[in-house]
Amino acid sequence: MRCYVCHQEIMLVVTWDTFWRPPKKEKICNDCLDEMKVLGEAGCPVCSREDSTGVCFDCKRWTKSHPDLLKRNTSVYHYNGFAKDLVARWKYRGDYVLIQSVEEQIVKAFDEAGYRNWPLIPIPLSDEREKERGFNQSEAIIELLNKSPVQALVRSHSEKQSKKGRLERIHSQNPFTLVEPICKPVVLVDDIYTTGTTVRHAASLLTEQGCPEVYSFTVFR
Amino acid sequence: MLKDFYNYFVPRFDWIPSSKPSHSHSHPELAGKLLQRNELHVPEEQLKYLIPQSVLTEVDAIERFVWGYQCRRCGNRKHDLFAKMPHANCGKECVYCRHCIQLGRVMDCEPLYYGSSSFQWLEYSRPCQWEGELSHHQEKAAAEITKTVHHGKGELLVWAVCGAGKTEMLYPGLTLALEKGKRVCLATPRVDVVRELYPRFQKAFPDVKIQALYGDSDEKRGDAPFLVATTHQLYRYAHAFDVIIIDEVDAFPYHNDPTLHFASKRAAKPDASIIYLTATPRKKFKRRIKSGNLPSVFIPRRFHGHPLPVPTLKMMYNLPSYSKRKLLPPAILNTIRRQQSTNRQLLLFFPSIKKAEETARTLYTRGYQVKSVHSEDPDRERKILQFRNKDYRILVTTTILERGVTFSSVDVFVIDAGHEVFDEAALVQIAGRAGRSPEDPDGEVIFFHSGKTNALLDAVDHIRDMNRLADRS
Repeated sequence: MRCYVCHQEIMLVVTWDTFWRPPKKEKICNDCLDEMKVLGEAGCPVCSREDSTGVCFDCKRWTKSHPDLLKRNTSVYHYNGFAKDLVARWKYRGDYVLIQSVEEQIVKAFDEAGYRNWPLIPIPLSDEREKERGFNQSEAIIELLNKSPVQALVRSHSEKQSKKGRLERIHSQNPFTLVEPICKPVVLVDDIYTTGTTVRHAASLLTEQGCPEVYSFTVFR
Repeated sequence: MLKDFYNYFVPRFDWIPSSKPSHSHSHPELAGKLLQRNELHVPEEQLKYLIPQSVLTEVDAIERFVWGYQCRRCGNRKHDLFAKMPHANCGKECVYCRHCIQLGRVMDCEPLYYGSSSFQWLEYSRPCQWEGELSHHQEKAAAEITKTVHHGKGELLVWAVCGAGKTEMLYPGLTLALEKGKRVCLATPRVDVVRELYPRFQKAFPDVKIQALYGDSDEKRGDAPFLVATTHQLYRYAHAFDVIIIDEVDAFPYHNDPTLHFASKRAAKPDASIIYLTATPRKKFKRRIKSGNLPSVFIPRRFHGHPLPVPTLKMMYNLPSYSKRKLLPPAILNTIRRQQSTNRQLLLFFPSIKKAEETARTLYTRGYQVKSVHSEDPDRERKILQFRNKDYRILVTTTILERGVTFSSVDVFVIDAGHEVFDEAALVQIAGRAGRSPEDPDGEVIFFHSGKTNALLDAVDHIRDMNRLADRS
């Protein structure tokens, strides 16, 4: 077995447990796993930002103009240098299976948040971008969670989020259109949460059409 | 089935369409390339008529065998480096290669484009403007190289000690190749070697179009008759070169990466001459020389005729304990101080980047002019140049500078030479950094260790042997 991230051989520790049963298939080595920093206790109750007490600055700004748009965001990992590198390889280079290296942790966090039985809506990509990458990263995460996506949104015009500044993002136009209104609490799934603009744009469309509560699940924060 | 089996173990390139000279085309930037669609920079309309003209040919990117896959770009066949993904473009589960994904993802549903190599390269007349003279030994090797180039299909190993003047030996052979309109590639595993060789070739062959290709080089086109490139660049070439010279064949990562061997074999035309250059051949090459199926020339003497500096081994029993405290033993510090009172600069080698940086810092606080260079250093190129220009006195580094770089007058110390990263080849190469210029053909080489290893002893024996052989010949 080799680590999906660094391609190093993973040494199995022989314990009584692994002695009797066939070993579990490891996908990431301990060194790489240590570099992935799990988010601690949520500081902001809305977006699970760590370094704030009470509702954080970004969320406050949002709640002022659009109260109750996003109920809660749950994230798993810090978007640190190592994670950035991993995301770049996974998403931009297109190494689809790379995210499976942290599958176990993602599934655990997802179940702890209690999202298991709700419809999961992936954030759509523009056709052009999807063709370039060959897959949609939100759908890949849903696939990882062993669920099937509900395609409620489409992207009407596309621009790269990650190339924009913070303020520009918050004030940008809503890039999505709703094709299938849902009247149950839903969970939006995306890879990275930065200012929360993307999920809130999607959430605003859903609530307008009668969705009672919108949650979001993002792997990196 | 049996053929399948054979193909799997002996890489064959019969999937590359043969290029007939009668189908000569006018796209040098496509000649002998193996590219993905987005690397082509050819609009869709142009592609439509380049394919029927067989300037470009579509080939399957991933070859399927009963027991696995092989990526045709990088030759990877490892199970765990292939993965499947639901592909949005074709709606199916597609296989892709994870090994060469840094160059762009190769998938089994998307073809690779092979550019026909039948491009008529310019025949230069008298391309070489180098006016130096070859020594007797160099002359002998140069003659062998020229013969190999002239003969076409064949291999030659040039085994020449560090500082024998390998680059100059190539000039006559290169001249012949360029006069005949052959396409030449000099490939090496090390970026620093490419950066060092390129200006030298440019100077010796001023009228020839030469390009240096490496990871972040400015030049990306690769449409010259003479390329100086890292071996990784060969992932993008197939049946492209008439003469391929692989410098430092025994260096990391080439020597233990089968995909680079695959790429360099594929980049050579079926009737190409392949020349390997090394100072420290690995066992595999030595075995092939002995068994007689690899022609070779051996040059045990440096071009200035002086012997190689023989390393001194110094036992430092307290090295590990000082190293743990991020310090150097006082004996080593004294030796450095003594060395710094001479005119020579100092190259200090460490087994790891961390140790190198730590030591550079401590030496800096002690008032030495010191800089450290390692593989992840963005400033590497400039720092090396500054050291060459004698802007500062001590360069602390790791094995990345073990070979291919020339500083005119240096002493070389290796700290913790018993560490496993220093194998015989590395130590011989490191010792070979000293005494390279005819003005100062000597240099002090000290290996500080905390227990002799076989590699250490073998390296010293190797250098002594070379000096003995040089005296005899």
